[in-house]
Amino acid sequence: MPDLDWLPDPGPWAERLAALRQAPSWDGFVALANTRLNAVRTNALARALDAAFPEPPQGLARPLVRLAVLGSSTVSHLLPAIRVAGLRRGLRIYLYEGPYGGYRQEILDPASGLHAFAPDDILLLFDAAHATAGFDVAQDAEQARRAEDAVRDDWRRLWRAARTGFGCGLIQQTLLPTPVPLAGSGEHRLPGSRAAAVARLNAALHDMAAGEGIDVLALDAAVQRHGLPAWHDSVWWWRAKQEVAPSAAPFYGDLVSRMLAARRGLSRKALVLDLDNTLWGGIVGDDGPAALVLGPGSAEGEAFAAFQAYTRDLSRRGIVLAVVSKNDEANALEAFERHPEMVLKRGDIAAFLANWDDKAENLRRVAAQLNLGLDALVFADDNPFERDRVRTALPEVAVPELPPDPSGYADRIAGAGYFEALSVTAEDRARGRHYAVRQEVAAQGGDLPAYLAGLDMRLSWRRFTAPDLPRIVQLVNKTNQFNLTTRRITEGEAQALLTDPDALALRFRLTDRLADNGIVGIVIGRRSGRDLVLDTWLMSCRVIGRGAEAAMRDAVVAAARDFGAAQLVGVYRPSPKNGMVRDLYPRLGFKEVEGEEAEERRFVLPLDGAEPQAVSIRIEAEA
Amino acid sequence: MTPDAIDARLTDIFREVFDDPALVLRPEMTARDVAGWDSGRMVEILMGTEEAFGITFTTREVDALARVGDLAETVARKLGRT
Repeated sequence: MPDLDWLPDPGPWAERLAALRQAPSWDGFVALANTRLNAVRTNALARALDAAFPEPPQGLARPLVRLAVLGSSTVSHLLPAIRVAGLRRGLRIYLYEGPYGGYRQEILDPASGLHAFAPDDILLLFDAAHATAGFDVAQDAEQARRAEDAVRDDWRRLWRAARTGFGCGLIQQTLLPTPVPLAGSGEHRLPGSRAAAVARLNAALHDMAAGEGIDVLALDAAVQRHGLPAWHDSVWWWRAKQEVAPSAAPFYGDLVSRMLAARRGLSRKALVLDLDNTLWGGIVGDDGPAALVLGPGSAEGEAFAAFQAYTRDLSRRGIVLAVVSKNDEANALEAFERHPEMVLKRGDIAAFLANWDDKAENLRRVAAQLNLGLDALVFADDNPFERDRVRTALPEVAVPELPPDPSGYADRIAGAGYFEALSVTAEDRARGRHYAVRQEVAAQGGDLPAYLAGLDMRLSWRRFTAPDLPRIVQLVNKTNQFNLTTRRITEGEAQALLTDPDALALRFRLTDRLADNGIVGIVIGRRSGRDLVLDTWLMSCRVIGRGAEAAMRDAVVAAARDFGAAQLVGVYRPSPKNGMVRDLYPRLGFKEVEGEEAEERRFVLPLDGAEPQAVSIRIEAEA
Repeated sequence: MTPDAIDARLTDIFREVFDDPALVLRPEMTARDVAGWDSGRMVEILMGTEEAFGITFTTREVDALARVGDLAETVARKLGRT
């Protein structure tokens, strides 16, 4: 059975659950959800949660998610696990379960319960028997092709209806390969084979997904890792039409919840690494760099080098790397600089803390240096004591249980799904370089203005265009700190802004002599009489501290004038994360409007006579 | 494993599934006798039993389960005793 093996054992489970029932706390539930629970315990935790919090507690840092689960067969056994997996990420998930098998009516009928529920996301689960019902082993190639086209057309119609009807996120699970092969290795040559059809339909689903704006829950990849018997048990299928075996529900729920979290910008962003016996075998301070177990010469050394290669590949796709190690800094650096088999280089590490301080304290420093929340960090350490210490002191940091053998480190971290990405943009792949710029800035900390002047920064801007939308939606939904209102946006809403005559939606790109930082800022204003109300203003945290916000403001002023507005109205809505922009509008010359609204503050800037503020940045309007 | 040991372990499973540390099993007990024993809890009982004893039920065995006593007897039979 697929197992949540990256989570620590709950210890005295019954006692912990009883204590939580006696004195319920949301954080207590989150903590218990972050232990290694089987299906029975997962369901018990979901029941206890419902009893303790029939209504969601107020003031949660993370959003409510209204998720509808629609399937062609039984889905109810998966729902508690989806909720508990949401809880694991601090998400309160409200679920809607459609009537058994009635997914089509639910989506198409405006009077359905689904329409009344108004989902943020819909999850579609089709069982293989249902999806391949149009195939028959007697079919010739042409007939089988028509059957396949019919399924693809049917899915496409449903997705489009769902997007039009709900404007919400859409996730479809790949089919489980449950049909039994009839020809073996030559299966794909048997046109009407259901087993071959599952493989073709899964490939088609992956192909169609991006163009149709849906996300694919890749059960096919999970089945490759764990094997079909771990995911599907034919006894349960015949007994209760459960395509996904009930014992696999906790893992299934986690797969769903990591996608929901990713869409909301809550995937983890940085991997913090211990050194001794995590990146190499041995203790560099005691043994010296030459004696470390790393690279060719032993199986264990190869395994450590492979783990380093995994972390380097993560950094190349946008995960920031840091080091927190109990070591003299000189010793730690010597290994990086002198050991010939080091795959990771010092330049791959955005924050390097080797000292003898408490690791929890060092993790706080890493978060501060990288401008990330603690809940964006994953900490990998071979030492169970350190893991436990960090989990206790900083429950926001994810700390995977690592296996005793380094050959299993990468698999364990990958299996936990911390870095789930629904799409990977050019900005993601270049992220490591941006952090290198920041280090250079920090190194010259004494004279920042001079450094910035020498960076040759250009801020170019234009209104939203269709090709920019994927990055825009990603940036809006994952930016938490430099974000004035934390308003999120769906692809449908972003699309609508392209043609809305009363919306001024701008995206900003920052280039300098070291890097093209890509799209790093978004401002969305809406016309209200002669005012332009800025309901969205955000900037990627990796360009904070360069004065780009002043340049954005100048560009917005110019664009708003062309738009026919007389005044900008800035909105600030406090969140647990966006304290850094509390005073952004006053700094940019806006005046606060008196108002006693606790939940938001408003600031105005008359466009008449607004003087430019940008320093060291050229502003260019793109065609 | 003795019938008593099987009963003791089944009792633990039922207590966990029904969140009731005082639950006492009787062989003639059925779903009607225990509050909350619906099809979802039945899934949990069977999963918990399979995991605890390292066995897997066949479709025929699952179909034949009506009373707690049936479950205990099926477990015993699968473990090699009658």
